[in-house]
Amino acid sequence: MSTVLSVTALAKRYGELDALRDVAFQLDAGEMVAVVGPNGAGKTTLLSIVAGIQRPSSGTVSCDARDVGWAPQQPAVYSKLSVEENLELFARLEKVPDPGAAVRRMLEQTGLAERAREPVGRLSGGNRQRVNVALGLIADPPVLALDEPSASLDPGQRERLWDFITGLAGAGTAVLFSTHNVSEAQRYADRVLVLADGRLLFDGGPDALLRDAGDGAGGDLERALVRFLAARAPASEQAST
Amino acid sequence: MRWLLRKDLLILRRSRLLVALLIVYPVAIALLIGFAISRSPSRPRVAIVDETPPGETIQVGGQRVEVSQYARHLFSQVQSVSVSSRAQAVEKVKSADVLAAVVIPPDIAARISSGTAQGELEVIYNGDALEQSLVQSQLGSALAQANLGFSEQLQRAAAKAIDLLLKGGNLGVLGAPNDLIGLDQIPPVLARVIAHRPPGSDRAALERVASFADFAAQNLSVSKKVLSTVGQPIRVKSTLLHGRRTPLNTFAVVVAVSVSLMFVCVLLAAGGVALEREERALPRLVRGLVSRESLLAEKGLLAAGCSFVVALAMLAGVGGFVSLDWGRSGLWLLALAFGAIAFGSLGVAIGALAREVRAASLLAFLLSLPLAFLALVPSGSVSGGFYAAIGAVSFVFPFKASLQALDAAVNGAAPGIGGSLAHLAVLTLLFGGLARAGLRRVD
Repeated sequence: MSTVLSVTALAKRYGELDALRDVAFQLDAGEMVAVVGPNGAGKTTLLSIVAGIQRPSSGTVSCDARDVGWAPQQPAVYSKLSVEENLELFARLEKVPDPGAAVRRMLEQTGLAERAREPVGRLSGGNRQRVNVALGLIADPPVLALDEPSASLDPGQRERLWDFITGLAGAGTAVLFSTHNVSEAQRYADRVLVLADGRLLFDGGPDALLRDAGDGAGGDLERALVRFLAARAPASEQAST
Repeated sequence: MRWLLRKDLLILRRSRLLVALLIVYPVAIALLIGFAISRSPSRPRVAIVDETPPGETIQVGGQRVEVSQYARHLFSQVQSVSVSSRAQAVEKVKSADVLAAVVIPPDIAARISSGTAQGELEVIYNGDALEQSLVQSQLGSALAQANLGFSEQLQRAAAKAIDLLLKGGNLGVLGAPNDLIGLDQIPPVLARVIAHRPPGSDRAALERVASFADFAAQNLSVSKKVLSTVGQPIRVKSTLLHGRRTPLNTFAVVVAVSVSLMFVCVLLAAGGVALEREERALPRLVRGLVSRESLLAEKGLLAAGCSFVVALAMLAGVGGFVSLDWGRSGLWLLALAFGAIAFGSLGVAIGALAREVRAASLLAFLLSLPLAFLALVPSGSVSGGFYAAIGAVSFVFPFKASLQALDAAVNGAAPGIGGSLAHLAVLTLLFGGLARAGLRRVD
């Protein structure tokens, strides 16, 4: 597999606060990588920098922002425009060579062809999220960055969304996604990045994280993550818990 | 920018209620303000009780002036309601049917004719502080106007009596001699008599009478001028320093159009930018698809274009009712364009600072309305320090400059249009910079 994204010594500072510290990893084509960690770990900041929303304080991202498709946690779509109009607008802004063909392709992939002329504001949360992801994919980028894509979706909607995303990865798109739902990472991710306090503490497959946690995890990645983080928490935090 | 503009026009077309409100509401406010400015103060309803006998006159130097003439002067200043008694007048004031009542007492003619006492009117009113203030200002003004008219009649009567004293004739007063000699005629008559008298005490006495008559005639002829000066001691001579006078009704048109231009433009521009945040599309747009500057320029120009069309249509529409100089329409377009772009710049700055459409609209409205009123405060109506503060606030926002530019374009008012356009251009850059800073954070 060829490497499509390299992140090197990435740091982000907000005044006195270090949101990211010396983060480095790579992403191969067709790979699905989950970013997990507690609240405030720096997951959204990392994805924002990879997507070109924010600039890093230091470090580099090998990809140009235009080569990274981005879907934020909350759908970033125009509710007064139809599904088709949203897709066409971003196809035009992305300067896609054949916007009409790109719109038709995305409508097919998202399964929203029949609702193409419906205003996005009238769609369900799940379908809106599909449009949100489709907008990130309209220019056919080699990398897709998804910030908690399944948050606020019901189980059925989540299932359909993940089918869609795994299909994209199967077609060669590298997918970097953040999630609070560790079981999703266990089911769909090829690799897991564990972030805490802005530091990358782990980069490896879900099985490796389970092994790292020892027998106590019982095959549950969420329990393994909690044990992993507890083992690496500062002494002061351990004393308080 | 073309695709963003197309997207915004699509959204606007689908937000018909918003568009209707954006146009109808500012236009309604603008017309109300314009109407309030151009309309002369209404005449208060005042009950008049004339207790003088019918045909009662005031005698001045043998001339008679009817009391009813004074009442007519008073009636012309107010919306008069005739009542027959003081009790009825009191009842009408109590029931708020009239703002106040004026009672002309039966002895007014006798008191004025006496020459030693002033005539007195009774004014009856009640109500709260506002009503009392209104009565005092409006009725006081009406009484002053009536007094002025009445004093002119008295002056004319007095002047006629003085003429008779100077030139002689029939005074018309019962018991007075028919062919009275005038003061002017006494010195030549006495001179002829003196010429035939031998020198001595009689001749000296006659010469003293003749010189007195001559002196009295000269001074009495001046007294007519003195009378007119006393009747109206100060006459107003207006001098306009520069520019030309703006008629109140065309100024009201300029105010109404400027207010519409401001509201439509600021609300639309602020709402347009805030909508990008509210729909969370801003980060998606500015990550390389559209520069922040292009985004702000698109929103500002869209709002400026829409408000320009609304304001121009309003100006042209009002032009059907108010006489406007259509030969200056090129300047109208220039003033409206500069004003619209400056308001667009202010709007995008508000939109960039607010995080949602409702907050942006509220902020735009709360900022725009006081600015419009502050710009209309005339100098001298508030203290010097406060007026300077108002001037400073008005200077850093585009409403006053836009109003001055449009007034200069429509009415040729001073100061000229060039300075105002330059001022608007500077404010456009200033608020554009503020908007750019406000859009620095996109999340």
